[in-house]
Amino acid sequence: MTMNARNIQYLASAITVLAAVAAQSAQAQSGTAATSVQPVFSVGPKFQQTTGEAIYRSLCQGCHMPQGEGAKGAGTYPSLARNNKLEAGGYAVYLVVNGQRGMPPFGEMMSDGQVAEVVNYVRTHFGNNFTDAVTAADVKQVRR
Amino acid sequence: MTHENTPAFTRRDLLNMIGTAAGGGAMYQAMTSLGFAAESNFSGPPQLAGAKKGSSVLILGAGLAGMVAALELRNAGYKVTILEYNQRAGGRCWSIRGGDTFTELGGGVQHCSFAKGEYFNAGPWRIPYHHHAVLHYCRQLGVALEPFVQVNYNAWVHSSTAYGGKPQRYRHVQADFQGHVAELLGKATRQGSLDSVLTQEDKEKLLEGLRRWGALDSEFRYRESIATSAWRGYEIDPGGGLMPPAKPSKPLELGELLQSRLWRAIAAGQAYEFQSTMFQPVGGMDMIAKAFAKQVGNLIRYQARVTRIEQSERGVTVTFADEGRGGALQQEKADWCLCTIPLSILSQIDIQIGAEMQAAINAVPYGSSIKVGLQFKRRFWEEDEHIYGGITYTDLPISRISYPSTRYGASGPAVVLGAYVFDGPNSFEFGAMAPEERVRRAVEYGSQIHPQYAHEFDNGMSVAWYRVPGNHGCYGKWTDALRDQHYKALCQVDGRIALAGEHVSHIPAWQEGAILSSLDAIRRLHARATA
Repeated sequence: MTMNARNIQYLASAITVLAAVAAQSAQAQSGTAATSVQPVFSVGPKFQQTTGEAIYRSLCQGCHMPQGEGAKGAGTYPSLARNNKLEAGGYAVYLVVNGQRGMPPFGEMMSDGQVAEVVNYVRTHFGNNFTDAVTAADVKQVRR
Repeated sequence: MTHENTPAFTRRDLLNMIGTAAGGGAMYQAMTSLGFAAESNFSGPPQLAGAKKGSSVLILGAGLAGMVAALELRNAGYKVTILEYNQRAGGRCWSIRGGDTFTELGGGVQHCSFAKGEYFNAGPWRIPYHHHAVLHYCRQLGVALEPFVQVNYNAWVHSSTAYGGKPQRYRHVQADFQGHVAELLGKATRQGSLDSVLTQEDKEKLLEGLRRWGALDSEFRYRESIATSAWRGYEIDPGGGLMPPAKPSKPLELGELLQSRLWRAIAAGQAYEFQSTMFQPVGGMDMIAKAFAKQVGNLIRYQARVTRIEQSERGVTVTFADEGRGGALQQEKADWCLCTIPLSILSQIDIQIGAEMQAAINAVPYGSSIKVGLQFKRRFWEEDEHIYGGITYTDLPISRISYPSTRYGASGPAVVLGAYVFDGPNSFEFGAMAPEERVRRAVEYGSQIHPQYAHEFDNGMSVAWYRVPGNHGCYGKWTDALRDQHYKALCQVDGRIALAGEHVSHIPAWQEGAILSSLDAIRRLHARATA
């Protein structure tokens, strides 16, 4: 792909976000909220973020919120923080790929590697400490 | 045009090809496969004679589905109560105005500072002429309508990677794409490439049609001329007196136009659901909700969060948390229940129904959608660019900009739809941002099309539907496979309970779907109640 305006723009956004991520790490260390991290925009029908953190910030936190705390309205977005259901990595992979109830499936919009990245991110953040990382191969198995 | 000599290439194929070249065919087929383009089946309000004296219906949700049911059932003699989670009626039929405060899931609070009379439709914003049920109730309830401009030939189509990122006029792309296609098809016809499917007489008629349709010259060419400018517009418009004579404009070159992909934007208005005439209520879409609430508002109990729906042979019992009183649990009983709660929420509520309906409730994911409303200090799109209503399309993350279809030429501030994005990654990415960041980004991207944004922006509001507390999503996102498996089960009357809403229709995300599903459900509930 040639370097075009959108790509440059995307890179610029990505750099901004990287800076924000760095700032957030500093903030996190000082114990303040991490809401300054803003998503980047993808070009086309698939998500383009590659790291677990970037995917979480650009997608998951829309419902599960910046600290993985979830939300309560007429219904509930489950908290991902200190969530024992995440112990089984395959469960989280299944949900991201296929969705559940109102949660849409993201399998078509993400590569195996991206799904693994974001699942590993969630399973090692927000008070979760499941260090048995899932792999792209694990994700491939979950896809039909 | 590689199919012309294959035996499978029929007259119908040719007509399809023409339709596709025109843009409408491909679009319409795509829309139909998504279930978006189905026709309304409205044939008047339901006849609900003979209701048993004193029998009652409990309606869950005071959106359009719930309120139309309340109106008709109350008029039929039922005792009706509505439980509503929000502090207002209307559900997704919702307009935001100056002075409104909106707190989204996650706690982001926005205070709207729009000028008096200005508004932004967070949900539905247009009504096709064939959405007969919506139009019927607008007429019955006295909701004034005005035209909604879907297609504006003078609005922009924009690609950040084509024409150096410079937006192009819709009329240029439309006329030039059509003209070039007509020329190509004319060439193929005259060279005999279509002889296997066209008679000599067909060819003559086709050529004559192409000449008119594509503004072709006597040699069937699409060229810079006063004739083509009569379609795409002039370099210098015709004037009066001793003003300079009209000067033709130069068509966009075919190859660059094809590569620009800007032709993607010119098909939308040809789809059945977007064809002229479209309408909007004068003053905001929620004028419909307000008109219904004027009729049935006294039946609504607000701030009621439903937690459990039970039924027995004798009736229905619904447990709800009274959010106005610290969430104290209360119960409401009735003979029958119409539940219009979105499946994104209903799938989390304990409901006593059969396994098939429960599976259907759990099966439907909810679609993503975000909107940003931007108030500017003046109508620069009208004053500087001669754009009156309609939609600009872009490949930037904001997807489209829509200008107000009302009060043209008014002085003072006006509100533009500065971003409307659904389904794709950008809608999720916008939804993952804090509300003020969505507004900031919408201004930043929009200024690539309208440089005036930088000086004229005043204030904005954004709504990401996954973060709307009473909805948890925009609409029931059916697929063909899901419909085959679950749709019928979702539509059943299960004991004393029936469901309604856009998610129980073949017109998802449209108010017409919500109203039709509700009318159909109460007709069948009534039949059971009077059996």
